[in-house]
Amino acid sequence: MRSSLSSKASRVAGLAILSFVVIFPLYTIVISSIKPLGDVRGTFEWIPSHVTFRPYVEIWKTIPLAHYFVNSLFISVAATVLSVAVAIFAAYSISRYRFRGRGTFSTTVLATQMFPGILFLLPLFVIFVNIEKSIGIQLYGSYTGLIITYLTFSLPFSIWMLVGYFEAIPRDLEEAALIDGATPVGALFRILIPISLPGIAAVAIFAFITAWGEVLFASVLTTDKTMTLAIGLRNYASQSNVFWNQLMAASIVVSLPVVLAFLALQRYIVSGLTAGGVKS
Amino acid sequence: MSVAEKNAVAPALEGVRRRRSSRWMGRRRLPYLLILPAVLFELLIHVIPLLAGIGISFLGLSQFFIRNWTAAPVVGLDNYKVALDFGSPIGHGLLHSFAITAGFTALVIGVSWAGGLAAALLVNSEFRGRNWFRTLFLIPYALPVYVAVIAWSFMFDRDNGAINRLLVDDLHVVSHRPFWLLGTNAFWSIVMTTVWRLWPFAFLMTLAGLQNIPKEVYEAADLDGAGRMRQLRYITLPMLAPVTGVLIIVMFLWTFNEFNTPYVLFGKAPPSSADLLSLHIYVNSFIDLNFGLGSAMSVLLLIFLMLSTLIYLRVFKVGGGSRA
Amino acid sequence: MRVRVSRARAFVWAALLAAVLAVVAACGGGGDSGGGGGSIRGQTITYWASNQGASIQQDNEILRKAIARFTKQTGVKVNFKVIPWSDLFTNITTAVTSGKGPDVLNIGNTWSATLQSTGAFEPFEGSTLNAVGGKSKFLSSSWSASGKPGQTPTSIPLYGLSYGLFYNKQLFQQAGISSPPKTWSEFVADAKKLNNPSKGQYGVALEGASITENAHWAFILGRQNGGDLFDKSGKPTFDSPPIVKAVKDYVDLWGTDKVVNPSSAQWSDGTQALASFAKGKAAMTMWQNNAENNLRTNGMKRSEYGVADVPVVDGSNTPIMTHVAGINISIFKNSEHKNAALAFVKFLTSQGEQVKLNEEYGSLPVVKSAQQDPAFKTPTLKTFNQILAKHAQPMPLIDQEGQMETFIGDAVKQLIAKATTRGSVSEADVKAQLSEANQKMQAAGGGG
Repeated sequence: MRSSLSSKASRVAGLAILSFVVIFPLYTIVISSIKPLGDVRGTFEWIPSHVTFRPYVEIWKTIPLAHYFVNSLFISVAATVLSVAVAIFAAYSISRYRFRGRGTFSTTVLATQMFPGILFLLPLFVIFVNIEKSIGIQLYGSYTGLIITYLTFSLPFSIWMLVGYFEAIPRDLEEAALIDGATPVGALFRILIPISLPGIAAVAIFAFITAWGEVLFASVLTTDKTMTLAIGLRNYASQSNVFWNQLMAASIVVSLPVVLAFLALQRYIVSGLTAGGVKS
Repeated sequence: MSVAEKNAVAPALEGVRRRRSSRWMGRRRLPYLLILPAVLFELLIHVIPLLAGIGISFLGLSQFFIRNWTAAPVVGLDNYKVALDFGSPIGHGLLHSFAITAGFTALVIGVSWAGGLAAALLVNSEFRGRNWFRTLFLIPYALPVYVAVIAWSFMFDRDNGAINRLLVDDLHVVSHRPFWLLGTNAFWSIVMTTVWRLWPFAFLMTLAGLQNIPKEVYEAADLDGAGRMRQLRYITLPMLAPVTGVLIIVMFLWTFNEFNTPYVLFGKAPPSSADLLSLHIYVNSFIDLNFGLGSAMSVLLLIFLMLSTLIYLRVFKVGGGSRA
Repeated sequence: MRVRVSRARAFVWAALLAAVLAVVAACGGGGDSGGGGGSIRGQTITYWASNQGASIQQDNEILRKAIARFTKQTGVKVNFKVIPWSDLFTNITTAVTSGKGPDVLNIGNTWSATLQSTGAFEPFEGSTLNAVGGKSKFLSSSWSASGKPGQTPTSIPLYGLSYGLFYNKQLFQQAGISSPPKTWSEFVADAKKLNNPSKGQYGVALEGASITENAHWAFILGRQNGGDLFDKSGKPTFDSPPIVKAVKDYVDLWGTDKVVNPSSAQWSDGTQALASFAKGKAAMTMWQNNAENNLRTNGMKRSEYGVADVPVVDGSNTPIMTHVAGINISIFKNSEHKNAALAFVKFLTSQGEQVKLNEEYGSLPVVKSAQQDPAFKTPTLKTFNQILAKHAQPMPLIDQEGQMETFIGDAVKQLIAKATTRGSVSEADVKAQLSEANQKMQAAGGGG
């Protein structure tokens, strides 16, 4: 494309505006995390007059942040791994086979995106409790319940993306493998998955983000043993004080894994979306 | 394999497949087995609770019965009558909330899509440092939602927030120190916060879509003398149509159902101008322990979303059609 | 034909296996066994405490020590959890719904009637009541807010709270005000004298976006005007003239009087008004006594402020200065360790513990025997004690207590927002808003 002076100027302007909008809140978070509590609760200063890194030390003591972090990490990773696995199988089935009920399944799975969370929140909770009463598997206040819930939340989007991705991959290679005597599942593992790693990476990161940031169901399904960061961060606000600087510091600490993972994999995410989700 | 080779092999393949299928027991069952885990999880987490939720909407499930649901009286359509009685305060409140949410959704989708498109166009051309920008623009989406909303609520504080510091103290754009979490401004606050979080998603999808448009098309257009605006209108947008179609409906469903942002921003008592539907229903059920009514309202929301999606898919023929 | 297992396949299977194993291992949390009856020594009970201190950390410290004393005495162990107010009601709701909850829990006493109606908590009567020491050991004012009149309460008082008027001694001196205001008109006049917006100083600090504060003041000032939120038959009367006047008086602080920081129309987290007062940015505030803890955290010394009676509307026959505020304690009906739970409740409401805990939290004892302790004879606590004993009435004890607070608190919040952004609200505005709230209350089931 030609790059005239005016188009360069408009590009710079556009990028500058967008960058400012994105950076402004991020800057606020970072700068507030290194101010002493009195300063951060007072007039907002662009450049802090006192800089302190104490908040980064105190956040671990004010609330059991490490405990919540480990909980969130465990739950999110488990939910991601399982969600991706289940989605791969389901997407393979939909994209490679024609079977009765295929359309219904696809439609239903997509339709679940419309369900308002508050509608099935309490029934889900009651079902969990009843499962525990009847067959003894603890789902409320356990990691299991939350993992199962989160993996299901990201399932529709994952399946949809992977179907698109798989469909874009020609079947020749798999058919060759089948001729060689591989089972369909074997072909899935040996051929399709290695080629689809970018798409799978994209799906995995979305699933992780979903689990890491979920608030509503965590507020009902967790107890202090299984509490996640989403709910735990609220405890920086107590009866007499909102420890804003610690809250901001904790926010950064909490966001790092997911942002870094996202950024590290962004190339794959874009290529995953390019090949997959775009062709729906 | 070349076409000729493929044709030669095809009958042999077919034979192999038939033999394989008798050797691989349950080959016909395989697709069902593969989707079985997904089906089970969807049933347990989405479908059955949803049906239960619908069932509750026909019960008078209030605080007297949450201990023992089976004892709750069946009230038929009473909860729906209350929710839809727009003359009475509850129905009126629901309608008001619905209107606010519709306006909110339209605005958020519009701005996010436009911003995403602009950013994708900017980042898509070759220039040094484009990867940095792409990385930067994705951060708001990658942040956990509560972190983003807490940051914005901190910025919206009237006396000590960054926004008023910028607008009033530094730029002197406004003199009367505005409230952001009260009154009409609360609507703009929640729009801003939601757009900030959502537009990277539009950016991402649009960028992926742009990268699917072959360069040759633009080069041909350049040769023909078409300017940037014409290219945008006649090449880019039409070729983005499949992506845009999916993007809009996904953003619509997510935004209309949005609960986390208003909940973290306003808590359990949102100002009337920012009374989004999901939070409104939550406040009217969990806080009051009137789950029958809350479920009825949620079902109405679900029906609306289903109808909108159906109409959208019909009109814009998204998702069923051609494969590129 | 052997198929070589590819690395990708192995990885996926390993990850799946690991995830499944981890999930299965995480299953099956066990509860502890432990029957009821007989000796309670060696049993373990679960306790949900509310956030009473300046931070959850502080609560943990205070309770850990108290529980150590309890375990030493009885041999019963207590697993406790301090739950922030933002989550407490939701957690209680899910506990009631699922039937799985703690053995003992704190509740805000304004929830007592609502929670009573769920039938999920142990009624305090007969032998149960005797096991915690009987009704007579409690202050009658605190006891009166424990449930619907005429019905057996399912919670009993634990900590007492009441409102009071905090004032900054130095600012009063500087403005030449010799004593704190006694009537509402004096209060507004003093606030105006102390108001200096250009310097960032205001007469009063309050939180206009707090639903609970708004609901409380609508009730208190309404009672002062001789009205009530519900009439004798249980119908809501939010838009009756006394309540309309009360709410208008309160909202005018933001509107016509302008003696509060306009930004406070947005404050609701319970910390900003007190921080403002502690820093000398407001000369007065009306808050519950546990604010003293907060003021201390914000660096204000006891000598710098005084506590006086809440101002009463001119010419009032019903000088109510506070609702009966406080924290109650309940026992879950499904508890499998009722005797141990009762022992714990008895412990927390014993004279010794009442003195210790209330002293540390800055709240008031709810048992008569502890009231006389010198710890509560400080000038400020004496004032609060008097207010709670002589000028307190419980908020309406109805099943839909939660809705009542929400409807009327929200109505006042909307009015304050209007008053701040538009400059003032008229009586008609107030009446209209309260009528709407009234209708919502009627639709929610009135006051039965």
